[in-house]
Amino acid sequence: MNQPARGSLLGLENLTTKEISSILQEARKMKRGKVKPVLSGKRVVLLFYESSTRTRVSFEFAAKALGATTALVSASASSIEKGESLIDTGYTVTSLGAQAIVIRHPSSGAPYMLARHVPVPVINAGDGMHEHPSQGLLDAYTILEHKKTLKGLRVAMIGDIFHSRVVRSDVHLLSKFGSKVVLCGPPELVPDISATLAPGVTVTRDLEEALTGTDVVIALRIQKERLAGLQLSLGDYIERYQLRPERLKAAKKDAIVMHPGPIIRGLEVTSEVADGPNSVIREQVRNGVAVRMAILARALA
Amino acid sequence: MTRKESAFMSVNQRLDSKQPPKSLLICGGHVIDPANGVDGPADVFIRDGKIAAVAPKLKEKAERTIEAKGLIVAPGFIDLHVHLREPGQAYKETIATGTAAAAKGGFTSVCAMPNTQPVNDSVETTRWMQSPERGALVNVFPIAAATLGSQGEKLTDFYALREAGAVAVSDDGRPILDDQIMREALEAAKRTGFPVIQHAEDTRVTAGTQMNYGAVSLRLGLRGMPAEAEAAIVRRDIELARKTGAHIHVAHISTAAAVEEVRRGKREGVRVSCEVTPHHFSLTEEAVAGYDTRYKMNPPLRSQEDREAMLMALEDGTIDAIATDHAPHAHHEKMVEFDRAAFDITGLETALGLGISELHEKRGIPLQRVVELLTANPGRILSLGGRGQLSAGAPADVTIFDPKRKWTFDWKESRSKSKNTPFGGWKLTGKAMVSIVGGRLVYEAAK
Repeated sequence: MNQPARGSLLGLENLTTKEISSILQEARKMKRGKVKPVLSGKRVVLLFYESSTRTRVSFEFAAKALGATTALVSASASSIEKGESLIDTGYTVTSLGAQAIVIRHPSSGAPYMLARHVPVPVINAGDGMHEHPSQGLLDAYTILEHKKTLKGLRVAMIGDIFHSRVVRSDVHLLSKFGSKVVLCGPPELVPDISATLAPGVTVTRDLEEALTGTDVVIALRIQKERLAGLQLSLGDYIERYQLRPERLKAAKKDAIVMHPGPIIRGLEVTSEVADGPNSVIREQVRNGVAVRMAILARALA
Repeated sequence: MTRKESAFMSVNQRLDSKQPPKSLLICGGHVIDPANGVDGPADVFIRDGKIAAVAPKLKEKAERTIEAKGLIVAPGFIDLHVHLREPGQAYKETIATGTAAAAKGGFTSVCAMPNTQPVNDSVETTRWMQSPERGALVNVFPIAAATLGSQGEKLTDFYALREAGAVAVSDDGRPILDDQIMREALEAAKRTGFPVIQHAEDTRVTAGTQMNYGAVSLRLGLRGMPAEAEAAIVRRDIELARKTGAHIHVAHISTAAAVEEVRRGKREGVRVSCEVTPHHFSLTEEAVAGYDTRYKMNPPLRSQEDREAMLMALEDGTIDAIATDHAPHAHHEKMVEFDRAAFDITGLETALGLGISELHEKRGIPLQRVVELLTANPGRILSLGGRGQLSAGAPADVTIFDPKRKWTFDWKESRSKSKNTPFGGWKLTGKAMVSIVGGRLVYEAAK
C-alpha cells in the first residue's frame, strides 16, 4: 500500500485552492493558445467500468490533443468481464506501459484503491456517488467565464443531491472559494445532513427559496439506476422541482443554468430551460476538453 | 505447507507432545480474579487440570513452576464471539489456526459462531467442531444456529444441540427478524437454559449498506446503516425477553441508542446482556475515509458519540463483556472495491492490548474491570463449566499477562490464517505471556 503517485487527481475535497486555481489557469491557456504536444509518446489508459459519453470522449480528445496515445478498456469488453480484479487490471495496464490511468467506476473510492497499488498517476473520472473532480473543475471554469469570482456567489443545486458525485465535487470546490451553496430537493434526495458536506452549504425543500437571487443554477439528473428502495414519485418531483422558465424568474437576471449531463428533458428540466438564453450547458461540455487537458498535463508533463 | 505454517505446526507439536504437568505452581504474580473478589499478590496451584489453591506464598511442591513476578495472573480469557470458519471455509481459518491465535491472545475459551458451511444447525456439526481431530489449542464452545440453515423460519433442536455441546443459539449475521420466530426461539432457549444471541441489525433497511450512516458516509458516497437499524432490533428483543423471561444477549453492540435500550432493560430487570468489540471502542467511522477495506465491518465503525457511549457503558457496567468478533477473510476478499469487500476483521491477538491501552491506560478504567470483561462476565453469560474464575475445582484455565509490556502488533506474525486487521503497526500496552488450558501450557511468549 502506497501513497497515490504525484499528479493523481482523486477528488477535490483534499485539493487546495492554489492547486485548483493552477489547474483552471492551465486550462485557460489550453483553451486559448496553441496546444503543444507535451504528452507526446505518453500512454494513457482509460479504464471505464461504467458507461460515459462526455467524460470518456473529452478525456480521449484531451489526451490526443496533447500528443498522448490512449487505450480504452471498458468493463463489458475486457478481462474485467472474466473476473479480473481492479487491482490486477491496474497491474496489467501498467505492465503494458500505461503512464496514467483515467478511471470511471461505479464503486465509491475505487480510484483510491487503485492509486494505492499502481505506480502511475490515477485520475478519477467519477467514482460511484463520491466525486467527479474533472466535472467539478469544468463547472468552476464555466462559472468563471461568466462571473468575475466564486467568492460570495450564490449557487443553487437542484435535484438528486444524495446520489450525485458531481454535487460532492462542486460543493467542495465552491465552498473552498467562498461561494454560498444551496441544495434543494425532497428529503429522499437531499437528506438534512447534506448541509454538513462543506462549510457554507445550506439545505432547503423550497425551489423558489433556492432560486431567489441566485447567480448559478445547477440542475441534476434523477439517477433512476441508484434509486433502489426509495419511494419517490417522479410526478411529484416534476410538480415541485422541475426547472421551468417561469420558476427561473426568481433567480438573478444574469443567472446561468448548468447541468452536468446527461439531461433527461421533461424531468429535471424542460427543453425551454435547457436550450434557453441562460443555459451554458453546451459550454460546459466544450470546456471539459480544455480542463481535462490541464489535468492530464498536470499528471504527466 | 508453507514455511510459516510448518513453523506454526512445530510450536503445536511441541506443546502437544508433552503431557500436561500433573501439578503446576504459578508463583510471585498478582492475581486478579473478579468472580472471587481477588486482586492482590497470590500464587496459583494447579493439580490434575483443576485449580487446587489460590493464596499468597503457597508451599506446594509442583512438577513445574512458572515465575510470574510483575505479571497479572487471571482466569483464562473467554471470547464469546469468534468465527473459526470450519467446516467449509478452511481457506480463511481452521479451528486449529483460529485457536492458535486465541492462545497467543490470552484466550483459553472461544465461542464459535454457526455461520459455517454448512451452517452449524446440527448435532453432527456441533460435535465435529469439538472433535480432537480439529486440533484446537483452546476450548471451543459452539454456538449453534437458532433456526435451520439460519433461514429464520424453523427452530433447531435446542435441547439436542445443548447435549452435543452448544452453549447458546444465534443466527448471527442473519438476525431473526420475525417477531413470532424470535419469541419462539427465546421460549425454547429459556427451557433449554441458555441465551439467544442476536446480531442486532434490521437487514430489511440495511441492504446494500457499507458503513455507518451519517455525515461521513454522505461525504464518501457510501450507503450507510442507520444506528436505528440496530437499536430497533435490540428494543424489540428486550421486549420479547421481558415477556418470555428468557435471556437475550446482544452481540457486538455498537450504537449509543442500542446501549441505552440495554441500560433501561437491565434497570427494569430484563435478562439482557451485551458485548462490545475492541474495534468499536477503539475506532470511529472517520477511519473509513481512505476507503481502506480493513475498516469495513458489520456492525460498522460508528460515530465518536457512539464510541463514547461504548466507553461509558463499559465503565458503568451496561456492557458485560469484550468479545472480538474475530472474522478472518482471505486477502483477495478484502483487496477489492470497498462495496465489494468482505465485512469484518480478525481480533484475537489484539483484544487484550486494545483493552489495556484504550480502556485502562487512556480511559482510566481499572485493570480489574478489564479482566472482568474478559473472564468473570462472559463466564457468567454462558455456562462454560465454571470457567472465567479461579475457584478451587474449576478447570485450570489461566492467562498470565504483562499489563505494562509495550509492543507493536505485527500482522505478519499473526497465527490466524488471515491477516485482515487494521491494527498492524499499532503500539499497544499489555500482552499475554502464558496461556494455560486445563493445566496444559498452550502458549508461552518469548521472553
